[in-house]
Amino acid sequence: MTVSGVLGALLLTSCSLIGTGDDDSAADPSTGTSGGTVTGGPVVLVTHDSFSLPKKLVKQFEADTGYELELRSNGDAGSMTSQLVLNVDNPLGDVAFGVDNTFAGRALEAGVFAPYRGEWPAGVEDFALPGDDEGVLTPVDNGDVCVNVDTAWFDEQGLEPPQTLEDLTDPAYEDLFVTSGATTSSPGFAFLLATIAAYGEDWPAYWEDLLDNGAKVVPGWEDAYFVDFTAGGGGARPIVLSYDSSPAFTTTDDGSETTTAALLETCFEQVEYVGVLAGAENPTGAQAVVDWMLTPEVQAALPDSMYVFPVVDGVEMPEAWAEFAPRPEEPLAVDAAEIDENRDAWLTEWQDLVSR
Amino acid sequence: MTSYGGSGAPRLAGLAALAVVPTAVLGVFFVLPVTGMVSRGFVTDGALDLGGVLEVLGRPRTRRVLWFTVWSSAVATTIAVLLGLPAAYATHRLRWPGRRVVRACLLVPFVLPTVVVGVAFRQLLGEAGPLGFLGLDGTARAIIAGLVFFNVAVVVRGVGAAWESLDARPGEAAAALGASPAQVFRTVTWPQLRPAVVSSASVVFLFCATAFGVVLTLGGLRYASVETEIYLLTVQRLDLQAAAALSVVQLLAVTALLLLAARLRAVPDATVTRRAPTPRRPRRADTVPLVLTALVLAFVAMPVLALVTGSLRPDDSWSLEAYRALSGRGSAPGQGGTALLVPVTEALVTSLRTAVDATWMALLLGGLLALLLTRRSRSRTERRVRSVLDGLFMLPLGVSAVTLGFGFLITLDEPPLDLRDSPLLIPLAQALVALPLVVRTLVPVLSGVDDRLRQAAASLGAGPVRALVTVDLPVVWKPLLAAGGFAFAVSLGEFGATSFLARPDDPTLPVVIFRLIGRPGPLNDEMAMAASVVLAGTTALVMLLVERLRVPSVGAL
Repeated sequence: MTVSGVLGALLLTSCSLIGTGDDDSAADPSTGTSGGTVTGGPVVLVTHDSFSLPKKLVKQFEADTGYELELRSNGDAGSMTSQLVLNVDNPLGDVAFGVDNTFAGRALEAGVFAPYRGEWPAGVEDFALPGDDEGVLTPVDNGDVCVNVDTAWFDEQGLEPPQTLEDLTDPAYEDLFVTSGATTSSPGFAFLLATIAAYGEDWPAYWEDLLDNGAKVVPGWEDAYFVDFTAGGGGARPIVLSYDSSPAFTTTDDGSETTTAALLETCFEQVEYVGVLAGAENPTGAQAVVDWMLTPEVQAALPDSMYVFPVVDGVEMPEAWAEFAPRPEEPLAVDAAEIDENRDAWLTEWQDLVSR
Repeated sequence: MTSYGGSGAPRLAGLAALAVVPTAVLGVFFVLPVTGMVSRGFVTDGALDLGGVLEVLGRPRTRRVLWFTVWSSAVATTIAVLLGLPAAYATHRLRWPGRRVVRACLLVPFVLPTVVVGVAFRQLLGEAGPLGFLGLDGTARAIIAGLVFFNVAVVVRGVGAAWESLDARPGEAAAALGASPAQVFRTVTWPQLRPAVVSSASVVFLFCATAFGVVLTLGGLRYASVETEIYLLTVQRLDLQAAAALSVVQLLAVTALLLLAARLRAVPDATVTRRAPTPRRPRRADTVPLVLTALVLAFVAMPVLALVTGSLRPDDSWSLEAYRALSGRGSAPGQGGTALLVPVTEALVTSLRTAVDATWMALLLGGLLALLLTRRSRSRTERRVRSVLDGLFMLPLGVSAVTLGFGFLITLDEPPLDLRDSPLLIPLAQALVALPLVVRTLVPVLSGVDDRLRQAAASLGAGPVRALVTVDLPVVWKPLLAAGGFAFAVSLGEFGATSFLARPDDPTLPVVIFRLIGRPGPLNDEMAMAASVVLAGTTALVMLLVERLRVPSVGAL
């Protein structure tokens, strides 16, 4: 009865007809586990599905430190955080990048990360997570979720664009705003937090006004921006929820000006962190990755690779960003622990308001 | 090796050996992760907590979600069957120029990433879209249209594969004796076709009931299905108890549905005379199915055309810029952007490699299962075991990808099963999703083979392998191709489980497309559409090639 044996062998030697031979991923597990102060060997970076850095930088890191960087992606930032929490006793890797301030509370509460703080260049401290008393998370990048307007559309209509959250409930802007949902998209949740930061306990009343004024809520950022936004895909609404960097991508053909603008009084700041995972097999490698994320090379690559701003001071920005993506002075903020405590209640109430 | 005509212990041992590989795979890659995930929700602080689970089920929102899932899936399934049957007939029984191309094209929606199709659909239906006046945006009707769009191919191919080789002579005889076409269909064709129709319908229902992207994108936030709710509860809120409660309800409902389907599928005598397919020229009476097929094609083509147009019109003027950019990494030229770790072209190669692996895995496991399920049972227990196995392998279709994906990570994390990093995980997960399609396509055909033919072959001295090759293979060849096509398409388009498991530096095309469309960037939207068009084109091409494969010289044996 050799059938099952043959089948088993077949299963184990997954053989594709189309092979490009890029199969050097399986790292040798025998290296790098022979004591406390090893260098070299694989280090596993758990991250979300928008992670991207130039291959050249990764190669350089490997050459400089002797570690092999293995990436493991686990869905979006929310899904990744949930999985880190669920696997806290047997971590998915050595180091995790991409937990942001809206999910950090959950990760800290569950003890996902181990303390580590390397050398922080100037500027990083400003983005440290309030309430991270053990010092487990290192800020890597930041970006603001802001309401954007199609300035070209408003010029054409001879209408003054809105400026504040309050303006969005003004009848002059009836049926003009589209946002993505707080339960289904990360910027949508950030916008909900912005309104909570601005209106405190009265945020449900604000949302009622907003919805009464014809605000449209769609599931994803891409639905709002590429379908309903006038400047994104030829939609019908000139006010959209997006990022403070978005105007850098709507420049005119000659690159002399941009046709959209972010409303800097409506912004909620998102900061992404990296941290060594508790119980990591390769803690020294993990620490090296944390330090690497703050190097000038990685920081400078962030805008083009992941559409976010660096946290280190004095990093040179791409031209379009420097010119067309001004940052808010004082973005709205909600404490990470408070978010963790109230997330369920807020989302439930918000969902009721929207599906009413 | 035992022969099929053998008896007693050796025969049973042979059958058990056939079952062992598929069952082990299902146990490790489905039962284990799902129970692992569900038990996390049922146990609070080390004690079983059923009260909490019952509380979740009592919530009005839970009931609303369940009800919506059931009715929207039922309506979508009904429409898909009603539209799919005439199309299956026209594309498999009739001979007309271009029918192969049409057959291949009808399968295209199956692989398209729901996010992108959702956006394309909404650009048609949205406030400013050409069909905006219909007011469909964000309605349940839009969701149902989306579900039908994605699933009509299952009916066309599943039923078509069984219909193609039905012997036309009994029907012709009935017609010669004065039966009207309707009578022929009711009394001759339908009884032979029913198992295949029920099979396809149950698969479609399961696909609809676990649809994620379609419901979310097209329904907006007003509608929630069990699947979107499980995602929300698991990922956003980490409310494992509620998620587990819903997962269990989902499992129970799926089981009930499968029992019902098994009952509806059962016919007194499954034996069907089959011949090599001989499609004939359309007659006047075939106008109705042909027109309906054209309608289905138009319906399927609409969002695809919207995609093609969208991909060709960056900046409101026609250009191939988005396609040229596919070999790059996204974002604006000149800004040095690298939205992606790998060029789209490389992701396509990864997708194709994964799909090849997933296809052979699904065909191998599905083929073994189908063989096992269609051998004539010698006892009642044997029959029971068969029908339990049959149902068991349908379950992966009915379970949330989130539950499965998370379950993988929390259960397959220790030696000897530390598979979290295994490159086999993605094709295997995809093969599990495709497996029910393979089984459901093969079983109706294989069970139609008269067992006496195999016995005759055996008594003439043919070994089991030779009997298989001479008796079963010729009959099952076309359906096997159809099933392979399905598996390939499922794998190419799979996003749910893959997005949890794919390595960021080696993503599949749907993952890349999702990433492209999820961020600003002057060309990203168009590139996502262009990549979807490439995915669709590749699929259609592969389907066409697969259709051309013939069973190698059966007569020579």
